[in-house]
Amino acid sequence: MRTHIRGGRVIDPANGIDATTDLFLAEGRILAVGDEAPAGFAADETIDAAGLVVAPGLVDLQARLREPGQEYKGDIASETRAAARAGITTLCAPPDTDPPIDTPAVASLLIERAEDVGATRVLPVGALTNGLAGEHLSELVNLHQAGCVAFSNNRYPITNTQVLRRAMEYAATCDLTVLIHAEDPWLAENGCAHDGEVASRLGLPGIPVSAETVEIARTLALVQQTGVRAHYCKVSSGAGIELIRRARADGLPVTANVSINQLHLTEMEIGDFNTLYHVRPPLRTQRDRDLLRRAVADGTVQAICSDHQPHDADAKLAPFGESAAGISGLETLLGLTLRLVRDGLLDLPTALARLTCDPARALGLPCGSLTPGTAADLCLFDPEAEWEVDPSAFASRGQNSPYGHWFLPGRVARTLVDGRTVHHAEG
Amino acid sequence: MRRNNIQLDDQGRLRHFLSVEGLPRTTLTEILDTAESLASAASQNVKKVPLLRGKTIVNLFFEPSTRTRTTFELAAKRLSADSLNMNIAASSTSKGESLLDMLHNLEAMQCDMFVVRHAESGAANFIARNVGDSIAVVNAGDGQHAHPTQAMLDMFTIRRHKGEFHNLRVAIVGDVGHSRVARSQIHALTTLGVPEVRVIGPKTLVPESLRGLGVHIYHDLDEGLDGVDVVMVLRLQNERMGAALLPSEREYFHLYGITAERLERAADDAIVLHPGPINRGVEIDSEVADGERSVILEQVTHGIAVRMAAMSLVMGQQPGKDGEARA
Repeated sequence: MRTHIRGGRVIDPANGIDATTDLFLAEGRILAVGDEAPAGFAADETIDAAGLVVAPGLVDLQARLREPGQEYKGDIASETRAAARAGITTLCAPPDTDPPIDTPAVASLLIERAEDVGATRVLPVGALTNGLAGEHLSELVNLHQAGCVAFSNNRYPITNTQVLRRAMEYAATCDLTVLIHAEDPWLAENGCAHDGEVASRLGLPGIPVSAETVEIARTLALVQQTGVRAHYCKVSSGAGIELIRRARADGLPVTANVSINQLHLTEMEIGDFNTLYHVRPPLRTQRDRDLLRRAVADGTVQAICSDHQPHDADAKLAPFGESAAGISGLETLLGLTLRLVRDGLLDLPTALARLTCDPARALGLPCGSLTPGTAADLCLFDPEAEWEVDPSAFASRGQNSPYGHWFLPGRVARTLVDGRTVHHAEG
Repeated sequence: MRRNNIQLDDQGRLRHFLSVEGLPRTTLTEILDTAESLASAASQNVKKVPLLRGKTIVNLFFEPSTRTRTTFELAAKRLSADSLNMNIAASSTSKGESLLDMLHNLEAMQCDMFVVRHAESGAANFIARNVGDSIAVVNAGDGQHAHPTQAMLDMFTIRRHKGEFHNLRVAIVGDVGHSRVARSQIHALTTLGVPEVRVIGPKTLVPESLRGLGVHIYHDLDEGLDGVDVVMVLRLQNERMGAALLPSEREYFHLYGITAERLERAADDAIVLHPGPINRGVEIDSEVADGERSVILEQVTHGIAVRMAAMSLVMGQQPGKDGEARA
């Protein structure tokens, strides 16, 4: 199968390409980028990309698929199809499934189910400790060989610092990347909103910024000692970002992502106990939001993730503190990121870098670029088209989005995985 | 779409009473005036008025309470309503789903009002958003968020003693951070025009973020009490010592306990309020609690009139001059 994608604005941040030109695919891989077809190239399929941006498929480092264990909230089929519709071609699935991804069998199950569905690629993140209990190391190498691309204890803390140190040492030995969700369990205990004016007004138990900074500081000390590659997930505060900025300046092998929600929403949104804005870590202040945006722009933060958490309707139908945290985020990831471009905070190639090659590099994944020879994972979108978010029309099983009625730029026209069209917008 | 202020209907009349925050001064004054007319009817030995005759009120208490529930019950009886008490152990409805199911069941039994107490902040708001239009919700305390009828009975008591709000200095002493009573008091005081509301306590109980509510923060009791006209003492929950917020009741009393001696800093005619039940020798000395500045027992009496007022207003009823119902 040979595909010729013609006349689009090809943006490949990894290779510094931003030009109106053509793209040639062969046997599921990128063959060439340029105005001239490679010698002897005869297309089986030609895609007219005039007016569209042709970019690498998006790489989302943090998306819950709910399978296995919570299929009533979503499953690999529903969520990978939603991802394909949103231009996402690679999803990293966190290990806090039920059972958790702490055995090769569960890791393989995720990968195989995703292959059966044939939409977006799923890369499992393995549990750093057995059962995410923070006590015994998982078989990291076996999990890695089964396809786990990184290791994390997710939102479950490893409170025993010795266990954490050993886990990092062992991961460093095997050249594996550790993902860290930095939240001190005691400082965050019972909390459900940023410990600030809004929580104070509503009488909601707060999660202070120090819950994040204390844990970042503790883990950074161990990163320094063990030399492990660490990727901080969903950093929520300006103070947290500052610690990571300094660690990077000191030469530590540290990268970070932020949730797209933290780049748009603040604690103020909670208003009158609106549970759609219950997320973890909590939405913080406008100043934090601005500092996170700046960190995305200057590269201190390499990746923007969807932090996709589909929920059933009942999960949000409860008093704020009892409601489930999280936003169904796949289908708004690109639009919300392009909105940052429209608002002048990022240029388009940089924004796409944070959604493609930079997250891929942070975890050492072979995707996220248009480099010849790599898998032809592509996202074609109309950067000018505006659309109104309607959560009830999501392909994801989770309709828990606070962005209903937002107008977002960027309509995905076509998504390809391994050169195969997995989503094609009608019309 | 979510309505921003679900407490008021399109005409600006009270539909639910969930929190003091967001209500205009006129509404608060209306509650106080209504309570005043009901209280004077009660003092003329006409304890019972037919304002809510034929209405069914359910007291939904997800958190144990004797005093508040009793005054709500009494208020319902004096309004000639039928009332039903449901004490629901938190464990049986720790999930919102079963809470909603239960509410819909009660709705199907054609109740008119829910009086709700719940351990989660925002629970009354959640219930009001999820019941049918025919049901009014009165918040009897939700988590650390609001306890509006308590705050209004405090305002009623202050108004009876001081007449006006615009010339008062008021201090709230104690665990403001964890207190739904204090939050509602602060909103009520500032809305009614009190120019200076102070909160007094250690940083563990009086966090900096309270400044957003428009209060002045004091960590020193003597400084905070200086020249105030009203002292509102909060109850200190035993759990606070367990959570390492305070070393001991003894040390708390030493630093923040209201004694006659420390009260000398306040204005000569200062009054002392407390929402009850009192921890004698912890947040307040018996000499003060039982002393001539204490209006604590009056607060209990006023609680009934204020709750009657709130309940009749959310049902669209106001007492006429003769105490009869008027639509």
